[in-house]
Amino acid sequence: MSSKRFRPDVDAPEYHGRYSPYDIIKEGTIAIVLVGLLTIILAIVFGSPDERAITIKTWSNAAPVDFATTALSELNGTSGTAQYGAPYNTASTGQQLGPLQLSKWVGVRIPINTVKDFVISPLRAMPSQPALRDALTQWISASTSTQDAWVANYTKAADKLTFTNSVVTVPAANAGPVPIFINDLTQMARTGALDQALITESGYYTTDYTRPLLFLADGAYLESVATKQHLLGTQWGMMNETGSYPGQAWLWLYSFWYQIPPFNSSWGANADVLVWGLMMLLSALLLLVPFIPGLRSIPRRSRVYRLIWREHYRDQK
Amino acid sequence: MSTTEIDRQWTTRLRQRATGKLPPEKLLPDTQPTYVASWIYVFGVATLAALIMVIVTGCILAIRGPLWWHGSVYGHFVNSLHLWSVEIFFFTMIVHLWGKFFMAAWRGGRTLTWMTGVVTFLASIATAFTGYASQTNFDSQWITTQAKDGINATGAGAYFNVLNLGQMLMWHIVLLPLAAVVLTALHVLLVRVKGVVPPFAEKVEVHS
Amino acid sequence: MAFFTALGALVPLDHFGHYFHWHFIYLSLSNLIIILLMIATFLAAILAPFPGRKSRKEHQ
Ligand code: HEM
Repeated sequence: MSSKRFRPDVDAPEYHGRYSPYDIIKEGTIAIVLVGLLTIILAIVFGSPDERAITIKTWSNAAPVDFATTALSELNGTSGTAQYGAPYNTASTGQQLGPLQLSKWVGVRIPINTVKDFVISPLRAMPSQPALRDALTQWISASTSTQDAWVANYTKAADKLTFTNSVVTVPAANAGPVPIFINDLTQMARTGALDQALITESGYYTTDYTRPLLFLADGAYLESVATKQHLLGTQWGMMNETGSYPGQAWLWLYSFWYQIPPFNSSWGANADVLVWGLMMLLSALLLLVPFIPGLRSIPRRSRVYRLIWREHYRDQK
Repeated sequence: MSTTEIDRQWTTRLRQRATGKLPPEKLLPDTQPTYVASWIYVFGVATLAALIMVIVTGCILAIRGPLWWHGSVYGHFVNSLHLWSVEIFFFTMIVHLWGKFFMAAWRGGRTLTWMTGVVTFLASIATAFTGYASQTNFDSQWITTQAKDGINATGAGAYFNVLNLGQMLMWHIVLLPLAAVVLTALHVLLVRVKGVVPPFAEKVEVHS
Repeated sequence: MAFFTALGALVPLDHFGHYFHWHFIYLSLSNLIIILLMIATFLAAILAPFPGRKSRKEHQ
């Protein structure tokens, strides 16, 4: 261990040069004052965005057909949530990282049954209305195959779904209680009662919006508002903010991968987990730069340091 | 009580280790090597100043609770301060990161300084994300319903539920800021312990 | 209160933003400005002369 080879990208030469006065507290104070002033100026000039939250009430009043169609998709199991897989249900395997089915292995931790949680339970919370009460009794006492047949018959005619005179109508035959469910859930939504029912399903106090948010995201309305704000994933939306405020520009690399093949083409079905895996790998590379030959030589090879320390090198001559 | 007994005490040993590693003149130096002569050195301190602004404005927002800023002009202004200090924080941190990279500032036993820096950067991204998720407005609705797919796909969504406002708020105002502040403190103390990295040698030399 | 009303944004950025779209790159004007400013700041920080050299020499 007498003499070790000096590795220029790992070891630092010893400094025997001069020192000059340096007032660390003064520097810190100036920095805080300047950053504080800049913050105040930017806040006064530009303010900050605050687009009001969408409610199921605003959604079902602005786009009742979209709401009713979404309600049906929760009932017939075609909605995004109904088909999601883990952590909400077992409807699909979910995304895979090569052979790894990460979400499936972790399992259903936030169970959601869209038929029960998004349609039947909220309707049961409605104040007693004879027609609805009978419809619910009819549903509950029917066999699963009868329920499925009713829903299938309604779904077949659902492309002719209309909302006129504040009523949802579908020319469906043999749909059992389904027409009453979809219409009443739409009415319930338009009064704001569905927002409340979904939030309080798990009790009086809550800070958990999983259910209403999933319901909202299953419809087309939320996305149509987001599209106007340039917030879609295909619009690099992760980085963007509502209005023309700057957003999370530091997510550029994360957003970038979604825009290019194979992540937006042949690997599209598993894009999320692949991009996450890739970003974790890249973060690990950044973390471990000091240990990675080649990567750790870039600063020395690029010679940018000659500019940073140019006075030091001039003094040495 | 003999002196050796005092010397063996945990308290004495901790104090001696701490003051040995970081004597007051290293913790609060009054000189710097002359090679520290570039504006790029300012960005570490600027990041620290921005972080302080972020925390102070965040604390003011916390006083009246998460919904206050929607309905109060003063609250909205504090929210604007919070947002812009975060933008400045990331701005200065990224310039700082680039600067430290091109100085290869991990040399000479400073790998831990670099690594705490990177972890702070990642923790800050998570903190900012949970902040966006806790806004209780349209933006948070959209961001969380989008981001859930990415996090769910990794399996982490089962425990880190971005649609659970209470959970996101707790991460944003307790767990992650705590991590960011502790990491930053460690980072800055490491810089003080090791001193500022010297420039590359003109010629590669052999050291003993 | 009036004081803070007066502090309301002078140039609020609430209108729909301006976006650039080249091939697959889709960037909001404000993010673009921030990224360019970051690069400009970095270049300025390593290129701009650092003051205080004279006093340093005097100190020696
Ligand atoms: C909260 C975020 C951060 C704060 C508050 C912070 C603060 C500081 C301060 C005050 C210094 C000393 C002054 C200077 O050289 O600029 C410093 C040095 C350093 N920082 Fe950071 N930093 C942060 C994030 C980072 C990141 C993200 C990296 C890199 C990935 C990083 C890497 C370094 C390194 C390697 C040094 C040692 C510099 C040397 O020896 O010359 N820091 N940091």
